Amino acid sequence: MNDDLFGGDSSQWAFGTDFEDPLAGVDTTMVDDVVADDLALYCLGLADDALIMSQRLSEWCSRAPEMEDDVALANLALDLLGQARLLLARAAAASPSVVPVLPEGSPVPPEDALAFFRSAGQFRNVRLAEVPGGDFAHVIVRLLLFSVARRELLERLRGSRDQVLAAVAARGVKEVSYHRDWSARWFLVLARGTGESRRRLISALDELWPYQAELVRCGAVDLALADAGVGVDPTTYAGAVDAVLGEVFATSGVERPSRGPLAGVGGRLGRDGVHTEALSLLLAEMQVVARAHPRGRW
Amino acid sequence: MPGQADHQAHFDEVIARHDRIEPRDWMPDAYRRTLVRQIAQHAHSEIIGMQPEGNWISRAPSLRRKAILLAKVQDEAGHGLYLYSAAETLGVSRDDLVAMLLSGKQKYSSIFNYPTLSYADVGTIGWLVDGAAICNQVPLCRTSYGPYGRAMIRICKEESFHQRQGYELLMTMMRGTPEQRDMVQESVNRFWWPSLMMFGPPDESSPNTERSMAWGIKRNSNDDLRQKFVDMTVPQAQALGVSLPDPSLTWNADRGQHDFGQPDWDELFAVIRGDGPCNTQRLAHRRRAHEDGAWVREAASAFAAQEEPGHG
Repeated sequence: MNDDLFGGDSSQWAFGTDFEDPLAGVDTTMVDDVVADDLALYCLGLADDALIMSQRLSEWCSRAPEMEDDVALANLALDLLGQARLLLARAAAASPSVVPVLPEGSPVPPEDALAFFRSAGQFRNVRLAEVPGGDFAHVIVRLLLFSVARRELLERLRGSRDQVLAAVAARGVKEVSYHRDWSARWFLVLARGTGESRRRLISALDELWPYQAELVRCGAVDLALADAGVGVDPTTYAGAVDAVLGEVFATSGVERPSRGPLAGVGGRLGRDGVHTEALSLLLAEMQVVARAHPRGRW
Repeated sequence: MPGQADHQAHFDEVIARHDRIEPRDWMPDAYRRTLVRQIAQHAHSEIIGMQPEGNWISRAPSLRRKAILLAKVQDEAGHGLYLYSAAETLGVSRDDLVAMLLSGKQKYSSIFNYPTLSYADVGTIGWLVDGAAICNQVPLCRTSYGPYGRAMIRICKEESFHQRQGYELLMTMMRGTPEQRDMVQESVNRFWWPSLMMFGPPDESSPNTERSMAWGIKRNSNDDLRQKFVDMTVPQAQALGVSLPDPSLTWNADRGQHDFGQPDWDELFAVIRGDGPCNTQRLAHRRRAHEDGAWVREAASAFAAQEEPGHG
């Protein structure tokens, strides 16, 4: 761009987004004893969880109960969007075959091709992330269930032999620890605030609880990567997740819901590309501009 | 004890030497009321202004643009917060000001009553709308009321980032496909005149300008700032490769400034009256958010009361 018109340092214009390269100095070479497609699928799962959660959180922009909450919710959405971007780029680097093919000469970078040009059946996020939003209690419960599990995962992923995953995890664990604490605090406030807030909280928890088990379910890809020291087997932290949630429930005086896990379809869940009806609608909105301009520059 | 006349003399002296009035200083009631009205209107504009751009967060066409837009709309919430704080130093509460916004007693900038119809509008709002806002706001960094001036210094720094991101988005789109270039031009055509209206009516029909300038609340007239904005924007439009939709826009070498046409002032007054394309929608959105959040705010207050020492 013609920088003379504004003066100053052109690397600084994208406020809050391009100030630092989160992977500066990180070794980006691939671990050689891992199946590339497995690594790509693993990264897609973690990326899609963050991307779809971020999309749902950003729906709250300008709708929060207080302006302070508006700022906080946007922060959470930005953190997860940042994680998604790095993980999608890593998935594409691990195995270019997962990236949708765009018209010749398209300038769309691979992480955007993955976010905006895959269909619902190619997304690997857990179903919890995609279910349509409800009231503020719904946001809090979803974020608590999600961030408690993601924090335990990222904490363990810091030791990954894949240096990029380790770096994303090291950065992400700090962010998601805050998400967990923020949502746990609100969980307590809503549980103990008024009769109305408690009723809404418990209703949201009853609705979302059946999606929780999917966060700590171990699939074939998780197992393969855990064996290689690159990924983490979710069953190794399921107990820790349970303990944290138990503590939040106990402090808040809320009983653990009794409903069991939501069934899949023929045993297939979100990670396997089988979703709720809500995901294709979410994607229709998220992808509409990008898909209309497959050769577009943004 | 000093009397009213002494207070007034001290106030006049501070204003005359272009110094700051601070919250604990004596000030005329009309000065206080004018400031509350102006700062609140500015704060409301930041909060309502989240909507037109927020409209495109869910559809941003790249991950990077989505992050930039989210961060920008988040900044606007932050600006609203510190402007309400500045207003509170004048003895009004944020809750009361928000109530006046929701009841329609206080206004916000009319520009936000225009719709955003394509992703290019995100860029155009950054370039033209934030650009016009900066022209209006930079002089306010020297405004006579201290807390307002200091809030404006911080806001102007962030607004200049916003303007740059908008311009950079448009520049990038102009390097894209023919459809993208058309989208940019169409967006600029729609936002040009409303941007010029952001400086308010012409000086001869702006009743509050003279007094606000005498008090040092306002530092430049509407027409001066509008001229400055046009002169700043024309070369930027040329660099971008778009035209501005004003056939009478020409360089006047004698004045060393551009001549330009007048916006449709009837349209501005219609928008101010409440008949703009989005007035009803913007306020309804804000009211709904406020009402939907009532039970959360009540829960937070009830919980805070339980936490107070001595409770239970």
